[in-house]
Order: sequence, then C-alpha cells, then structure tokens
Amino acid sequence: MKNKGQVMTGAEIFFECLKKEKVEHIFGFPGGSVLKLYEQLYDIDFLQHILVRHEQGAVHAAEGYAKASGKTGVVLVTSGPGATNTVTGIADAYMDSVPIVVFTGQVPSHLIGNDAFQEADMMGITRPITKHNFLVRSVEELAITIKKAFYIASSGRPGPVVVDLPKDVINSKCEFVYPDNMEIRGYKPTIKGHSHQIKKAAEAISKAKRPLLYVGGGVIMSGGSQELALFARENKLPVVMTLQGLGAFPGTDDLSLGMLGMHGTYWANQAVDNCDVLVSLGARFDDRVTGNCETFAKNAFKIHADIDPTCIDKNVIVDIPIVGDVKHILAELAVEMPKPPDIKDWWSQIYEWKDECPMQYEDNDGRLRTEYVIEKLSEKTNGNAVIVTDVGQHQMWTAQYYKYNFPRSNITSGGLGTMGFSVPASIGVSFAVKDRPIISISGDGGFQMNIQELITAAAYKVPVKFIIINNSFLGMVRQWQEMFHGEKYSFTDLSASNPDFVKVGEAFGIESFSTDSPKDVDSLLDKALSINDRPVLIEFKVVKDDLVFPMVPSGGSISEMMVKRINSKRMTLL
Amino acid sequence: MKHTISVLVENHFGAFDRIATMFSGKGFNLTSISIGETEIPDISRMTVVTEGDNQILDQIVKQLDRLIDTIKVIDLTSAYHVERELALIKVSMQKATMEQIKNITDIFRGTIVDITNNSMTIEITGPPDKIDATVNVLMPFGIMEMARSGIVALTRGEQIKKNNKEKIKKNNKSQIIKETK
Ligand SMILES: Cc1ncc(C[n+]2csc(CCOP(=O)(O)OP(=O)(O)O)c2C)c(N)n1
Repeated sequence: MKNKGQVMTGAEIFFECLKKEKVEHIFGFPGGSVLKLYEQLYDIDFLQHILVRHEQGAVHAAEGYAKASGKTGVVLVTSGPGATNTVTGIADAYMDSVPIVVFTGQVPSHLIGNDAFQEADMMGITRPITKHNFLVRSVEELAITIKKAFYIASSGRPGPVVVDLPKDVINSKCEFVYPDNMEIRGYKPTIKGHSHQIKKAAEAISKAKRPLLYVGGGVIMSGGSQELALFARENKLPVVMTLQGLGAFPGTDDLSLGMLGMHGTYWANQAVDNCDVLVSLGARFDDRVTGNCETFAKNAFKIHADIDPTCIDKNVIVDIPIVGDVKHILAELAVEMPKPPDIKDWWSQIYEWKDECPMQYEDNDGRLRTEYVIEKLSEKTNGNAVIVTDVGQHQMWTAQYYKYNFPRSNITSGGLGTMGFSVPASIGVSFAVKDRPIISISGDGGFQMNIQELITAAAYKVPVKFIIINNSFLGMVRQWQEMFHGEKYSFTDLSASNPDFVKVGEAFGIESFSTDSPKDVDSLLDKALSINDRPVLIEFKVVKDDLVFPMVPSGGSISEMMVKRINSKRMTLL
Repeated sequence: MKHTISVLVENHFGAFDRIATMFSGKGFNLTSISIGETEIPDISRMTVVTEGDNQILDQIVKQLDRLIDTIKVIDLTSAYHVERELALIKVSMQKATMEQIKNITDIFRGTIVDITNNSMTIEITGPPDKIDATVNVLMPFGIMEMARSGIVALTRGEQIKKNNKEKIKKNNKSQIIKETK
C-alpha cells in the first residue's frame, strides 16, 4: 500500500512532480489540450515558463539549456500541431544524446484513435526518435511516469523522452505520492567499466609508439573533462576531438590537435591515419569522422570506451571495448597506466604535419572572411564564451577557429545537422549560463529557419549576441555544388532574396549592426560583448564563395584530403 | 545465418511496436516474430527470427537490449534450446485423396481440425523444418490457405537462476542481468 497523500488534480500533480525534479525552467507554447496545465501554471512561482513562438524553438531551447547546464531540459506543448512541431527538435536531441523531457498534450483518452480535433499519434511518430516515450493512461500513473521520464532522459546515454498527456488525465484527480525510488528492470546503464578491460587498455596505451585519444561528446556529458586533462597531460598524449567533443579538452593546450574528420585539421587526420593505438572516448565513429570505415585508423589497435554498448563495433570493429561512464573509465585508466608511453618521435612527426599544412585562410585582399571573425571572437573572449552554432560552413569554421576552453561551451547540432538550431538553442543557453558571454552564430540561411524566436530573445531580454555570417548563399550546399556537382548552383543563391537583417533585428526590437569590412570586426565585437542586459545582432557580410578546408570527401580516406583551392576549379589533393 | 532471439519484454503499451520499429528503422531483417505470455503475468516473451552476419547480430542483440521495455535478450542460436512452430494448413481434398492426406497427417503427427466436402485443415506442430517438410508433401494436393505462428523457443534445462526469477515476481526489481553476448 502507498502512504496516503493529498488528493490533487493531474495538473497539480504535474507541477508537484516538476518541483520534485528541481525543474526551474520550461519552454513551451499553450493550446487546447494543455489549458488546464497553463491554468495551473498561472499561479506557479517556483519555475519560469519561457514562451517561445514555435514549438520547434521550445525543443531547441531546451536542448541548449540542457547542453549548457547538464540538467534536463523541459518542454510543454499542446496536442496535434503543437506536438508535431516538436519532432525535428526531438530527433535532434536523440542524435546528439541531449537529455530533454517533452510533455505533449493529447486528446482525451476516449477520443484517442478517433481522428479527434488536434489528435496526432505522438507515440507512433516519436518512437524511433526518442530514448523512450510514454502515454499516461490514468492520473494514477502520472507521477511515476514523470519520475521515470526524468530518470531515463538523464541517465546512461542521455536522450529525449516524450510524455503524452491526455486531457482527461490532467483534469482528473487522485492522491499524490511522489515515489522516492523507482526501478525499471529493463534499464540499468553500466557505469563502471570492466577493470580487466581497462587494465588491458592501459597496457596497450603504455606500450604504444603512436597513441592518440579520440574524444567525443560523451566525455563532456559524463563530466569527465578533468579526468581527461589529467590523463592526457600525465602521459603527454595527443588529443583529437569530434565536433561534439570540442571543449572536452582545452583547444589552446599543446596536446590538442583540434578537430578530426571531414573538416578536421590536417595534422589531426594524419595522426588518426598513422596512429598505432587509437583510444576512442565517448565517441561513436560517426561517418563524418571516419569517412571510409575500411581505411579509418587502419593500422591502429582500437580501444573504445562508451556508455552505450550499441556504439561499440557498430561502424568500426574494435579490439578492446569498455562499456561504462567515460569519466570513471578515464580515472581508472590513469591509475592503471604502468608508465607513460615513449612517444617523442610521434610528437615530432605531428609537429611536422602541423608545419606542413597549418590552418590558414586568405586574408590579404581586404575582404571579410568568416575565419577572421571567428578568430577575433576567440581572442576577445579568450575561448571562454558559450558558442551556439547553426549548421553549415560557419559551423565548421567556428569548430576550426574557436579555441574552446571549457566543456559545455560548444553547442551545436551535430548528428542531425538541423538548420535553425542556433537562434532558439542560444536562448535556452541564456537561462542556464549567467556568467559567460553567449554567442549565437548562424548562416544567412539557417538564421531564417527559426527567426521568429528573436522576439522571444527580445521579450526576455536575453543577453545573446546573434551573429549572422551572411555569404548570400546556402554556403555548405554551394560548396558541394562547386566541388562535386559541376558548379550547378541550383537554388542556393540567396543574394537577391535575403531580407535586410538589420531591419529584421530592429523590427524585433533588437539593436542590430552590419558590416562587410574586416576593419569593423573589432569594434563591433567589443560593442556586442559590452551589452549584457539584452540581445544584440551583428551581420557580417562575408565573401560569397569561400570553401571550408581541409576537406575529406564524404566516405573518402585521409589520402583524399583536400587542403585548398588552387584556382576556381580544382582543389589540391595531398 | 539464421538466428533465433528470445526477448523478455514488459507487458507495456507499445512495447511490441517499439521492437518492430527498431527492426525496420535499422534495416534489420525480420523473418518471424511471435509474442505471448510467460509464467510472470506482466512479462511477455517475444521470439524473433532474424538473419545476418556476426556483426549485425551483435548489433541486433544490443539494440534490442537498449530498449527500455526489454528485460532480457538472449541469442538462442548457440545455446542449447528447443524451437517449435505451429501451422494451420488448409488443403484441398477430394474423396480420392482423403485417405492419403490423413496418412500424411498421421506421419507428421498432425491433427485434422476441420473438414468440409472439398477441404481439410491440418494442425501441425514442430520444429520449423518439420513444418516445411509437411508443407512440401501437401503441396501437390493444393494448399488453399496457410497460417504459421512463427517460432517460439526456450532454452533447455534451468537457465534463469531460480532466485532471480522469484525476485522479478516479487518486487519488480531487476536481478536479471541483461545478457548481451
Ligand atoms: C533543416 C535543414 N534543411 C536543409 C539542410 C541542408 N543544409 C545543410 S548546410 C546548408 C546550407 C546552410 O546555409 P547557411 O545557413 O547560409 O550557412 P552557411 O553554410 O552559408 O554557413 C543546408 C541547406 C539542413 N542541414 N537542415
């Protein structure tokens, strides 16, 4: 028997549960099925509800919030269109393992399946893009379901959980008891790595001649950045990071070789290609990282530590799998290392690669380039800002040129590659981060995909600096068109159809600036960084037809890496 | 290679769909799937027959295991186990062939469950290859309709430790360690 609790409505229970879960912010948008919850919300002061302008924005905001804080992001939307509008965000969170709980309204239980007004089968729609989803079938199940949802979203490999709330469940009453603990017998994430495997791994690393740490977002999620820094420094191990791994290890550290993969640095990719022991930590051998799996780190003995066993041996077969939380595994690895490996020659080789082909861009024609803007931004913020990028060329340039100092500073849509992510996600970040600058960087294309959230930014006076890298093109697609599709710039030229971004910003009540000159970059960034009580927008009009280099073509090998454009037609192949 | 995987799953709304969705979403082959009650009221057993090389099978088992509603996943292929399938086969029949069909049914230890002037329905149970054999022999008479249940399977002997089973029953706590390999 449960102990007796107070009788409450589903709506009251809902918020009591959020209180127990220490939820401080929810991102949402009201509608018919959740009216009762909004009625309840009216009198609630222990959490802040942030009203977005489109439900996709709510989910990205919750993602930004979760990625920046490590807490679970919470979304509340109505049934039907409100719920279906969350789908892209949920898929995004699924691909990037972001802990969020999305509460969707649903038509009353007895109408489910009747094509009722604003009914959508959210269980069916979100099944393949959630870590788990629940339909709450009675008010008695509500509290335990919410508890399970938060637990599942945030534990193990994090991910999105959808809780579908029929209207009658919210309206009816029952006794409220919040369960102290709950067991899900089919779900027990492995936290501690297998000691024997870790010992074997430590021995292999210690004996390696050319070891390399390949670090992914899992290190950041597990909170293992410090353990990583200790381990890498004690053993002088070179570190390459995935897009989501950036920030796990300081980009300014001598041991960091930067990002690997399709647009990774030349030396990072050469190191991967030539290493003899590859240690993958919280990374998943994504195809944007590996290119051709057959040739990826082809001669290396591979160690793979990850909390999700399905990631292991999925794309690349490894020699030592270790299932567990990478933070714990790193700590144990450090203890188990018999001695640091002797790798002076390896380091000289890496430095040679670095000299052979450093990151560089053209900067002598007086025209404004994205790389320059990002470099300046990195300098001015000392790598301490939280950078929220969108998807495209600007995203890759930011990954290459911003030197992140801290974990949870690089917030971007990696797995799904969702244009329109940055604007709402940066707003979400602003509710989690109060002591560091927050910078949203979008292309002119992606900026328009959730442009409506500018008013959310303005209304809540969030101190986000919205940077638009305007190259008048859907730049990344243009790049592929130039390189692989016969220079047919099919539907990617926005120069004649882009809005006036300064006027757009101003219409939303946001102070906005624009320039196409490198000379203004300093002063505009200074100006933006000095404004801390409201949003500000800067449009940088950059060169239209620049390409992101280096580039390993999709599915290619490191030997196919291109490092620059010789003339308008051909690239250098190394 | 063909594999038979046994999955203990929570008797939850949508659990079955989740497993089916996983197979289609990941592009895994699904030859047959059957689901039914177990000795524990809130747990169902699903028997999945699938095909793939070792790496794919490894993924299938891990992906099944990753689902929140699955409690235990075992690839029975290399374990000592029994497999059975049930088929209902409606064969067309004339007076002249009646005796013959009856004999075949007896040889395969089947049962005649329905008969009309021109058809006979046979129930047959056994390992899938026995069903295949029966079907082959009956084919010349003309199979009008057929339903096969898909395989159900169990390991031989005592596989789950007794006290573990007790615990699942009692307090919903998982003492069953998920076996992925
Ligand atoms: C929602 C969505 N639609 C389409 C794409 C395909 N896509 C990837 S990058 C890109 C171009 C982005 O252009 P822009 O936002 O201007 O950024 P840039 O590449 O110029 O920096 C497109 C269309 C996508 N990633 N997401």
